[in-house]
Amino acid sequence: MTTMNTKAQVSLPSDSEVEVTRDFRAPRTLVWQAHTDPKLARRWLVGYPGWSMTVCEMDARPGGKYRWRWRSDEDGVEFGFLGEFKEVDKPALLSHYQYYDPGNFDSAMPLDNPCKIRNSFIETDGITTLTTRMDFGSKEARDAAVSTGMTDGMEVNYEGLDRIFAEQQGK
Amino acid sequence: MKPSERLDATFAALADPTRRAILARLALGEASVAELAAPFDMSQPAISKHLKVLEQAGLISRGQDAQRRPRKIEGGPMQEAVAWLEEYRQFWERRYEALDTLLGQLQAKPPKSKRKRH
Repeated sequence: MTTMNTKAQVSLPSDSEVEVTRDFRAPRTLVWQAHTDPKLARRWLVGYPGWSMTVCEMDARPGGKYRWRWRSDEDGVEFGFLGEFKEVDKPALLSHYQYYDPGNFDSAMPLDNPCKIRNSFIETDGITTLTTRMDFGSKEARDAAVSTGMTDGMEVNYEGLDRIFAEQQGK
Repeated sequence: MKPSERLDATFAALADPTRRAILARLALGEASVAELAAPFDMSQPAISKHLKVLEQAGLISRGQDAQRRPRKIEGGPMQEAVAWLEEYRQFWERRYEALDTLLGQLQAKPPKSKRKRH
C-alpha cells in the first residue's frame, strides 16, 4: 500500500547536500506548473513571515534566468535569490543554479559558488512525489544555509504564518 | 566547540547502534558502567569506549555518586541536533502547505472551456 508523505522530510545525503521530499495530491504536470509559472510560484514561495514577495520572474528554459525578491514589511530591507535554469525536462526534472542576493545585486549574475538545485517530479496514482536535492558545494556552506540562510536576519513569527495560511485557505 | 563541530560530534556519536541503545537505557535513568554493559555481549572496556564518545559529544555526563560513577543523559546537544534540521524542515513544510492550497485551488477550478455550461 502506498502511504503519502504529507509532511516534508529532510535528509543529508552527503556532507554538502540537503534533500527535501514531500508528496502532493496533484498530477505532476500541475506541481511542475507551480514551479515554473511565476504567477503560480509567487503564491507558494512563502515562508518568510513579515516579508512580502516583490519580484518573481522566471524563464524556465535551459539557460533561462529567474529572480525572486522579498521585502521586509517593517523596514523595507530586501533580499532574494537569482538563478539560472539548467535542465528543464517537463514535467519530470527541473534543475537550476541559485545564488543568494543580499539585496544589492540588482540584475548582475554572480559567478561563484552557486547552490545546485535539482527537483524531480514522480507521479504515482495521482500523487506527485517532489524531491529537491540541494548541493551547496561544501559542508560549511550547507550548514550555514540550513542553520541561518533561510531565516537570516528575519524574525520567525509562527503566529503570523498561521494567519497567512488561514487567509489563503479563506478561513 | 563551535556549534557546527558540536553537531558533528552529536551525529557521529549517534551513528552507532550500541551508543543509541545506551542512550535509550539512560533515558530511563542513571546507570553504572556495569549496568550499562549487562544487556550487551561486550566487555566493560568496550562499553567504556562507547561511553567516552558519548561523553565527549556532551550527550552523557557522570552522576554524583563517586563509588558507582553512574552515567546520565544530557538532553542539550540532542535537542540542538534535532532542532537544527527541524527548523529547516518547517521552513519547507510551510511553503509546501501553501503549495498544497494552491494545487487544491487549481484542481477545483473548472477548466476554461467554451463548451462548459454555467
